[in-house]
Amino acid sequence: MITRVVLAKLSPTMEEGTIVKWSKQEGDVVKVGDVLAEIETDKANMEMEALGAGVLRKLLVPAGGKAPVGALIGVIADAGEDIAPTLAEAAKAAAAAPAPAPPAPAPVASAAPASPAPTAAAAPRAPIAAAPPAPPPAAAASGRVKASPLARAIASRSNVPLAAVAGSGPGGRIVKRDVEGYIASPAPARSAPAAARPAAPVPTVVAGTALPLSSMRRTIAKRLSESAFTAPHFYVTVEIEMDAAVSLREQLLRAEEVKVSFNDLVVKACAKALTRFPTVNASWTGETIQTHAEVHIGVAVSVPDGLITPVVRNADQKHVVDIAAEIKDLAARARDKKLKPEEFMGSTFTISNLGMFDVTEFTAIINPPESCILAVGAVRKQPVVKNDQLAVGHRMKVTLSSDHRVVDGALAAQFLAEVRRLLENPASLLL
Amino acid sequence: MPVITMREALNSAMREEMRRDPSVFLLGEEVAEYQGAYKITQGLFQEFGEWRVRDTPIAEEAIAGVAVGAAFVGMRPIAEMMTFNFSLLALDQIVNHAAKYRYMSGGQIRCPMVMRGPSGAAAQVAAQHSQAFESWFVHIPGLVVVMPSTPKDAKGLLKSAIRDDNPVIFMENEVLYNLKGEVPEAEYTIPLGLGDVKRAGKDVTIVAWSRSVQYALQAAELLAKDGVEAELVDPRTLRPLDEDVIFESVRKTNRCVVVEEGWRYAGFGAEIADRVQRECFDELDAPVIRVTAADVPMPYSKMLEKAFLPQPERVVEAVRQVLYR
Repeated sequence: MITRVVLAKLSPTMEEGTIVKWSKQEGDVVKVGDVLAEIETDKANMEMEALGAGVLRKLLVPAGGKAPVGALIGVIADAGEDIAPTLAEAAKAAAAAPAPAPPAPAPVASAAPASPAPTAAAAPRAPIAAAPPAPPPAAAASGRVKASPLARAIASRSNVPLAAVAGSGPGGRIVKRDVEGYIASPAPARSAPAAARPAAPVPTVVAGTALPLSSMRRTIAKRLSESAFTAPHFYVTVEIEMDAAVSLREQLLRAEEVKVSFNDLVVKACAKALTRFPTVNASWTGETIQTHAEVHIGVAVSVPDGLITPVVRNADQKHVVDIAAEIKDLAARARDKKLKPEEFMGSTFTISNLGMFDVTEFTAIINPPESCILAVGAVRKQPVVKNDQLAVGHRMKVTLSSDHRVVDGALAAQFLAEVRRLLENPASLLL
Repeated sequence: MPVITMREALNSAMREEMRRDPSVFLLGEEVAEYQGAYKITQGLFQEFGEWRVRDTPIAEEAIAGVAVGAAFVGMRPIAEMMTFNFSLLALDQIVNHAAKYRYMSGGQIRCPMVMRGPSGAAAQVAAQHSQAFESWFVHIPGLVVVMPSTPKDAKGLLKSAIRDDNPVIFMENEVLYNLKGEVPEAEYTIPLGLGDVKRAGKDVTIVAWSRSVQYALQAAELLAKDGVEAELVDPRTLRPLDEDVIFESVRKTNRCVVVEEGWRYAGFGAEIADRVQRECFDELDAPVIRVTAADVPMPYSKMLEKAFLPQPERVVEAVRQVLYR
């Protein structure tokens, strides 16, 4: 019987491994459980065991070589067995393997503002952070995660995303002990769904240790470095008088028992403003500035191991109350890692709000391929000058980071002026 | 509780039932004056005489035909097959008559007979005399198929088989005839269709019957040394099957290995694997694995005979496979 020796996923975040050494050589007789090789993963060196018995007929990756998780690295078979088809199949699979990081496809929408066609242009784009770690190529090829029925049942009961669990069974199958180990592990990759957003979550990290990189962390690192180092950022800050917005919020709560956050108002204000400034709702493609026909607002949500930006689609056309409900739902599911890819992909403008941490102002890095991101501070009660008198007022500072290739300072200022106008006259946001 | 052999247990079951019910009689090759090729009928001819313990010609179809006819008219015959290898000659009587008449007569005619004898491999009796045929008989609606693994089960089940109004194929095992075990002194029966947990455990369910229970028990001892606690379920009656006792165990252990002495191809273990995967799908952490005989005629060579049969080591290996260790 032929046993395909594939590079096992030996850690939850492992995507490729280096064969440090082969413990068995071609021609050696192996039995189930024999150590075949020592593999260097992204975390440590680990031993990989044989999942089938026979003769180790072929080693496909030499010691020192690298291979992606799931790749065929050897073949165990009976002495006289024909292994040519297995080798041919592996060669074909390797040739067809996708490039590791396909470039984000550029959206192709024309710049007709506020087009009524709801989904025409929303070419999916890589999110700011991919939620589930990429499954090993073997699983990707068949489009499914291999797990025992019991492992699936336990994962489903415990809200464990199977894609995040490393399988230790044959062919990387996720089995009961893997899911139980995942649940028992104190991995920062997981936490119970946050009840409310309140106090800053205190990460349980032992000082002096090297933290392994989650797939989300890698994505954040890669994409935001790329953004910071290629898009020339500049920053424009405005202070917005929020007294009317505070009052509107109180009225809605008192009279209608509807809870709308300042951030919901900011989302709506930006969406409305973007319909008037299509160049802010745009992407640098290298050859052109691609404006987007629709306004999809990404809202950065902090999750235990990073952040993710669920998207409020066509926010300009939605009522602020509906936006509030949608963001509440998206944020909750983002923390539970239950967003579908289409729910965190395709935004055209992003808002990041640190007001809940009482931050006055800050700057954000643009979420590519967008051109702008708005960093929102807290609404603060402070002394203000009104009619040459000192008074108590509510103020909020927002900072727009812009890609200078697309947006110039004057445009950024004009856009912010419109956002400010809308927030200072919040009745417009209810239209 | 007295400790007796399975041979003695079977003998006392027949003796007690023949004393209890005058319609019970015994027929077969060498069952009377020679007192049985394997001495299961020892002393019965002496106690009950030639009218109730009948020697027959070497003609299995005739033995089965007489038994079927006698059962139709109200007797309770026990037809001994010297081994089930020879029952192939009687298959038409069993399949087309014993198993069918109750159905075809709308319940007017019953066939309360027992066909019993050893089945499976013994020691170097080669291809024609080592066959485990339970998979053939369980296939037939209308038959009850019983395969005891201990003296106590053998006695209690044979008494129930004799009293049952359906044709019962009662398959013993030559290697188990000398197996000793505790058997209650007082009268008892064990209902047909009721499985039994022979060993409690939490890590894996091993389903085995007849001689395979021995392989499984030895495997369980080996596994226990490594801290693996196997639960051993013996269905005892293969048709009708007590699937609940199996499901209950699998739901606890999440893993199932089936051990059978018959061939893999369409063997009875496949029936169990099928039911377990369907009814316990969400409870399974690994595929159901079967340990069976090799898919060849039984070789005469002692070494090859050992290689042909499921051995405790192979059961251990299968358990490791479903435990992923």
